[in-house]
Parts: sequence; structure tokens; C-alpha cells
Amino acid sequence: MVTTALLGTDRRALPASVHTPGKEAPIALLDAAALQTVRRRAGLRAAPAAALPEPAAGDPRPPLPPAARRRLATLLTDQPGTGGGGRRGAAPDLMELLPQWLALANARGYGAPPELLPALLNAARGRTDLRPQALTFAGPRALWLARLNPDWKFALRATPGGGVTLPSADDAPEVQRLWEEGLFAERVALLTALRAHHAGTALDLLVSTWSTERAEDRLMFLDSLRTGLSSVDEPFLEQALTDRSRNVRATAAELLSALPDSALAGRMSTRAASCVAVDHTSDTPTLTVEAPHECDAGMERDGVTPKPPAGRGERSWWLGQLVEAAPLTTWQPRLGNRTPAEIVALPVADDWRSELHAAWCRAAVRQRDVAWSRALLGTPASPDAAGPGAVSLAERAKLLASLPAAERADWVAGFIAAHGLSEAFQLLGVCAVPWAEPLGRAVVDSLNIARDAGSYPWSFSGVMGLAERCLDPSEAVRLEALTAIPDEPENASPGAGGYWSEAFQRLVTTLRLRAAIRDELPPP
Amino acid sequence: MTQQGVRWTADQVLALAPDAPSRKAGSKLGVAGPWSEAGSTGEGAVWGLYKGSGSKPYQTIVDIADVAGPAYKCSCPSRKFPCKHALGLLLVWAGSDGTVPDGGEPPAWAEEWLAARRKRADGKQSPSATPSAPADPEAARRRAEKRAERITAGATELEQRLSDLLRGGTASAEQMGYGLWEETAARMVDAQAPGLAARVRELGAVPSSGPGWPVRLLEECALLHLLDQGWLHRDRLPDGLAATVRSRVGLPAQAEGPPVRDHWVVLAQYDTADSRLTTRRIWLYGTESGRTALLLSYGAAGRAPALALPVGLALDAEVTGYAGAGQLRVELGEQFAAPVPTARRPAGVRPEEAVARYGAALRDDPWLESWPVTLAEVIPARSRNARDAQGRQGAQGTHATQSTPSTPDSWQLADPVTGSALPLAPSAASRPGLWRLIALSGGTPLTVFGECGHRGFTPLAAWPQDSGETVSLC
Repeated sequence: MVTTALLGTDRRALPASVHTPGKEAPIALLDAAALQTVRRRAGLRAAPAAALPEPAAGDPRPPLPPAARRRLATLLTDQPGTGGGGRRGAAPDLMELLPQWLALANARGYGAPPELLPALLNAARGRTDLRPQALTFAGPRALWLARLNPDWKFALRATPGGGVTLPSADDAPEVQRLWEEGLFAERVALLTALRAHHAGTALDLLVSTWSTERAEDRLMFLDSLRTGLSSVDEPFLEQALTDRSRNVRATAAELLSALPDSALAGRMSTRAASCVAVDHTSDTPTLTVEAPHECDAGMERDGVTPKPPAGRGERSWWLGQLVEAAPLTTWQPRLGNRTPAEIVALPVADDWRSELHAAWCRAAVRQRDVAWSRALLGTPASPDAAGPGAVSLAERAKLLASLPAAERADWVAGFIAAHGLSEAFQLLGVCAVPWAEPLGRAVVDSLNIARDAGSYPWSFSGVMGLAERCLDPSEAVRLEALTAIPDEPENASPGAGGYWSEAFQRLVTTLRLRAAIRDELPPP
Repeated sequence: MTQQGVRWTADQVLALAPDAPSRKAGSKLGVAGPWSEAGSTGEGAVWGLYKGSGSKPYQTIVDIADVAGPAYKCSCPSRKFPCKHALGLLLVWAGSDGTVPDGGEPPAWAEEWLAARRKRADGKQSPSATPSAPADPEAARRRAEKRAERITAGATELEQRLSDLLRGGTASAEQMGYGLWEETAARMVDAQAPGLAARVRELGAVPSSGPGWPVRLLEECALLHLLDQGWLHRDRLPDGLAATVRSRVGLPAQAEGPPVRDHWVVLAQYDTADSRLTTRRIWLYGTESGRTALLLSYGAAGRAPALALPVGLALDAEVTGYAGAGQLRVELGEQFAAPVPTARRPAGVRPEEAVARYGAALRDDPWLESWPVTLAEVIPARSRNARDAQGRQGAQGTHATQSTPSTPDSWQLADPVTGSALPLAPSAASRPGLWRLIALSGGTPLTVFGECGHRGFTPLAAWPQDSGETVSLC
């Protein structure tokens, strides 16, 4: 019938079953086709079921309260590019609030509502910075979904073990089986999980198969020892110093140097100490530096890279590595029992100051040493702090991270008060959220000063954005006054007052939203 | 009428939004900060001043107590209805955090509008103002006759064109493109038969719709022919079928018959749009009567239809059915209370029963594309191959050559008990709702409401096993 229709009844005779005497051929065909069509549709039957999917693993976490679920749905619909807001206008940027929302929901231990998983996965797909938080929140069902949709493959890669349920640490045979038969990602996941609570068991597991592992795998496994690192690991790490792979050797050396009592730390300490001394012959005590003249086999075995990157001298390169790997406890007895602050304050001969201080910074960050971090940071108001002194802003930010939260906030507040906002961005990033009151006040005061100086708010859009994410929501009340459009000073940029009012309005609205978000996610 | 003192939930408020961007914009404004002098009478009138970036705050008033549905007024320049300010204000009000206190006296600027509205509403309800019958029934009858004559001429012409097409062969349709169909559709518009015009326009799209188009084109031509014949011989049809034909041709139908009061659960709400019109379809389920009903609302191109109802909540309301056999369409009458959450859901059926219901409905309306059904305890599963998508063809299916395009991602709703399944309609497979459905299931059975038709099943709402909340898939 279809063929006849395609070719036309003029060219092709009707099938006998359709032919009706006294009816034109096209009409007879249409009549028959109509009957056939309705009959086919009315006679439809169900199809046989395909193979059913394996059910997703259960999620034991409590479900979100309804208000929080609605909020999440709203945050997820605010994709970048819609609404055309950008960094202008008075309406808050909801997408920026999503990371905070996720962090809070994870901290409270809530599980994700299944119907929002696709939107959540799409958001995480577009923003790699969101992935860890989003996938934690999304839970096991998201991984189940990701196996069905190639768009979300990233979720399987980003989750150790691809979401395989790990055996309990007490289940020794099952742990052993997974270690011996599991895929690489599953084995890393197993090792990482064990390491957090049963560091020794994990080490035993690793030692049992170490010699048969591939070099890249050895490197990844070794890396997992960072969690729960202790002197128990030392013999194994010492042995790894002779590994065939250079990367494995270097990682083993780095781990050992983070154990202040290790033999390697001792050897590095001796080497570093021999390079730095106090010269008492000058008027004021001065540090003198005698960088190593060669990188011997022992140094190389202990992880010192002999060849410097382009543009750096060999000897200062070696010195930096020795000082960085030596325990900071080396220095007080070596340098006349001075405190870290006193040591940092000593003048350094022959332009070695920045080299030496930079290496101490790396050591302080690696060893998370509060006293040395504090000493190397100095006072926030010192003119050196904002300039290109011995310690760069990036290094300062890392040093700050080892200080207690309150001290960190105070230091940054002091820095902003002395140097303004333009250099503070990196430092603000390491402060605990929400910002402590003195820090928040320093930021708001500086924004206020910038406004009165007549510049445009988008010169400060980075800090403004941070403030939206990090200011304590209770500051909203104090900010209210700033949302008014100010009288423009004579030298102000045209219209700046209106834009500032808009920017502060967005800040206030965002803070209120954050307060609402917090209230909607109570501890379950 | 809204009960005194009962505040809406945020969901109910957001359901009023004309579109997704408004919903989002409204949510952003639903925080206390920028609102001042806000208040509510406690009887449905809510007002407030919104401080935007302009020098003068916007004056926003909402009257949600109106019998005919909520009314809004805002001094902002937005043409959305309701605007984001009205939504934001209602959200703050719904939040019950004290920003919008109850029992206040409206300020002068709000009072004026409210008073005018109430007066109008009173006037409307008085018997003298009800729309009376046309002044001149004789003239109306003559107009109707005239229109019927024109439609008859149109249908006759259409029959001739279909006949010509089949005489020459539909193979040429692929090359003809839209031009011929557009011209024919315009003739049907002139004949005052918009229903015929729409079908003709759809015919034009079939040849470019992928593999299997010759079968689909023949089917659609045949059904159009059936409709023409139905119109031309409508005096010989049973009353119900004749009414169906009249409405399919495009004559305006009237809601008639006694109103039915029930607790109607809003199952789904979705829009379809062409260049001329946005059509909003809202599916209701009566928890007392077990009846499924369809509300239609239209908006001019680019504008949202006026009616919006909160999915998942139940309305205590009256509806009035339209004429026509097996007709599901109703008109919304009086609402007696604000929508409330409900745990009731339609009882589900098995896939076999679902297709049987569609088949039975074709008896009353052979032009039906699909029929609303609820499937109980089904699991979304990926079809193994194209054959599964074909398996649903009936025993009499002589169109063995028909092959619906099977994408690698074809899904079905499988019944783990009977081992039968409904393939999803191709259009449903590309929508985001599909993944929401799969996520909601997680490989376990759930209840799914949707439209079951000859192209497959289109899921519109679902309920997971362990919770009563309706998840919209539109």
C-alpha cells in the first residue's frame, strides 16, 4: 500500500484487497489506509522488557529539608550566561553560592535528592572546581547514573575506585582480595581509605606487592602514604630511596624529610647546617652562607635534584633543596639558640637573603611549622609585606595557611588596613569562611574608602566577589547604609556612585541569601 | 477564596511564574532586604515597596483572594505577568519571617487598586452582569451556517488535493518541501478550519522527519481524509463523534454540562509553542472521581499563557467538561480553597493496560495521538536494540517495513512483574526530564504519569516508591 502511495495510483495498480468498485483509486487507498492506521494504533501491544539495570547502591544520608531542596534547584538553574548579569547589576550571582551551599550540605551530612542529580552532574561537568564537593554530595546514585550517560563520565574518573564499595578494614580476606585483584583506581581508593585509620595495615599491603608494581603505580601508591605518615613508614621509605624510578625516589625523599626524626632528615640537617653560620666578627651578627660545591651521590640518593632549571645557578639550587628538606629544628641550636623570629631578622651576607628565606618558607609550609611561619610572615604593616620583599605574596598566602584561623584573619586585616585591597586578594583566599569580624570590617572599610576615592567598583570586583562569598551574613545590617547612592565627589568617575550602590546592594542581598541558605540547612 | 491567614508555600508561589527565567528572577527577590512597607490584609491582599536600582521604589500589589485566580499590579516596566517583583513579594510573604505582617491596612496606593478590583468582581458576580445569550440568536445561527459552508468547501478542496497527491505519488512530496503545504494550509485558514490547517502544516514536516516517512505520510494523509469525510458526513455520525469532528476541524467548543467538584491533583504542566501560539497543557487528576482532565491555556506568540497551577498540589475546584465523545478537556471553574499538598496519586496500571486504554480511546476519537495513563511500578531501562521499539506493533501490523529511527539511547519503562514494557516516545528521549526520571528510579520501580500513544510513552510526572512528592518531568 505504501509503495502504491509512493509511486502514485496512476502508475501502480491498487492491491486487490484495497480495490473497491465504484470508488476512485486514490480515495479507496486513503480509506483503506485510514482503516489500517486506526486499527494498527488501536491494536498496539506492549513490548518485551529489556534487561533491567542493576539498582543503585543505597544512600544512608538523611534527605534534604524541603526548603533546602528548593534552594538547590534554584541555584542549579542559574547557569552562567543566562540572565546576562555578569558582575554587574544588583541581583546576586546564584552560581557563586553553589560551592558554599554544597560545602554546608556536605558538612551537615545530607544526601542529594535524586531528581536533582542530573542538574548537579551537569553543573559539575561545566565547573571542575565544583566537582569534589558536588560528587560527594551527589553520592552513590550519581555514579550509578554516570555509568549510564557518557556525558557524566568525568564523575567516574574523579571518584577513586569509580564508586566501588570498599570492604571494611576489618574484613582482611576481602581487603586482600581487592588489593590483589582490583583495578588500579580501586586499589588506590582502598589504600587511601585504609591509610586514614589503619596506617600500618595499608603499609603491609603495599610492601607485600611493592616489587611487582609498575613505576607509575608505585608513585601513586607512595603518594597515599602522606596520610598518616609516621616513623613506622621510615624503613620502607628509606628502601624506596634506591628505587629504579627517579620520581619514586624523589617522593620518598620528600616524605622522609617531613619526618623530622628520620635518618634522611638528620642527614639533610647536617648538610644544610654546614652551609649556614653566624658571623660574629662583624659589628652585628650576620648570617653567612656557603652553598654546596658539589651534589654528591649521597645528596642525590636523598632526593636532591642535581640539575637546576634554566637560569638558576647550580650551587644556590642545591642549597635551596638542602634547606627546604632539613627540619627547621636544625636552626635554633645551630644559630646561637635564637628564636625563629630572631633568626629571620638577622642580616644575611652576600645577597643570600632571599634564597635562604624562600627555602625556609617552603620548609615551614611543608612542615606546617607555626612559629617559623609567623616569623617569616613578619608584621602585616611592615612596608616589606606588600612589596616584592624576600617573601612573595603567594608564599605569604601559603605561610598564612599554617597559622590558626583567628591569627590568619587578624594578620590579613592588618595587611589590608596598611596596604589596601589591591594586593590582598590572594591572602583573603586562604582565610576561613565566614570571615572573622575584624577581617570583614577591614574589607568593608577599604571598599568604602575606595568608593569615596571615586573609582569604579569593578576595579575591586575580585574582592567584591570574595566578600559576597565570605563575609559573615550578619554584616548585612551594617552594609545597609552603603547601598544609598552617595553624592559624587568632584574628582569621581562619572556615575560611579550609582554603580557602587548597585554593587553594595548585590552584596547585601547575597549575604541575606547566604543567611537563608544556612537556616535552611540545619544539622540533621 | 483563600482561607484567611493561610500563607502559601514557596512552591505554590513559584508555580505562578510565567516561565523559568521569571521563576529564577523571582527567587532572587524573595529575600527580605530590598522590601519595605510590606504588609498583608490576611485575606489575600499583599503589598510592598521594592527598592531596585532606580531612584523610586516599585509599588507591588498582589490579590490572591480573587475567585478568578490571583491578580497582580506592579509599577515596574516588565511585561511579564506576574512580574518578578510580584513573585518575590509573595515568596517573602510565604516565608512568614515577619517581613510581611498580617492584618495591616493597605496604603493608599494599594487600596485604590484593590478597591477597584473588588468592586469589579462584585459587579461580575451579580446576575445582571453575567454574559447573556447573544442578542440576536437568528443572526448567530446564520453566521454559524455560513461558517459551516465555508468549512465544507475547504474540506472538499482538501479531499481533491489529497486525491491528486496519491494519484501522482507521495514520492514527490520529499522534493515539494513546505511550499505546497503552506499554501494549502492558508486555504484552510481562509475556510475558517484552523484544525484542518494545522494538520496540513504537519503533513509538510513529515517528509523531512527521517527514515520511515512514507509510512507516516500515508498515515497522516489517511487520517486527514478521515477527518474530511467525518465533517462532510457529520449528520450521519453519532452525536459524540460529531462533536469530536467539529472540534478537530477547529470549531470553537464550549464547556458544557454540570460542573464537577473534586480535589484535583495537578499532575503536569507543560508548554508547546509554534510561531503563532504558546499552548499550555495542564493535566489534572480528581482524587474523588478518579477522572483525568486536561486544561488548556493559550498565550500569543512569545507570551506565557495566563493559567498556571502548582504541580503536585491539589485544588478544591469545579471543572466543566467540553463536548465530544471521550473528551478529556475541561474548563476550570470556581476554586474553593488555596491548593494544598496531597499524598494522593492516581492508581497505576500495567503497560498492557496502558496501550489498551489508548486503543479504546481511539474508538471515540480516531485522531488521538495519545492518552493519559499512570504506570505503576515500572523501571526505566535501556532498550537492547531497535527490535524492542518495534515489538509493540499489533498482530495486525502490516507495516512490517516501518522502522522508527532507533537512536542508541532508546529507553523504555519496563514492568519487572509482567516482563512487558512501553518504549519512550522519540521526543521524550531527548528531554532533560528523561534523566530526572532515571535518577529518581535508581533502578527501582516507580509510578509514572504520562501520555501513551502510537509513538511511545511520554513521561510527565513521577513518584518514587517511598515518598509522596510529585516530581515533574516536563
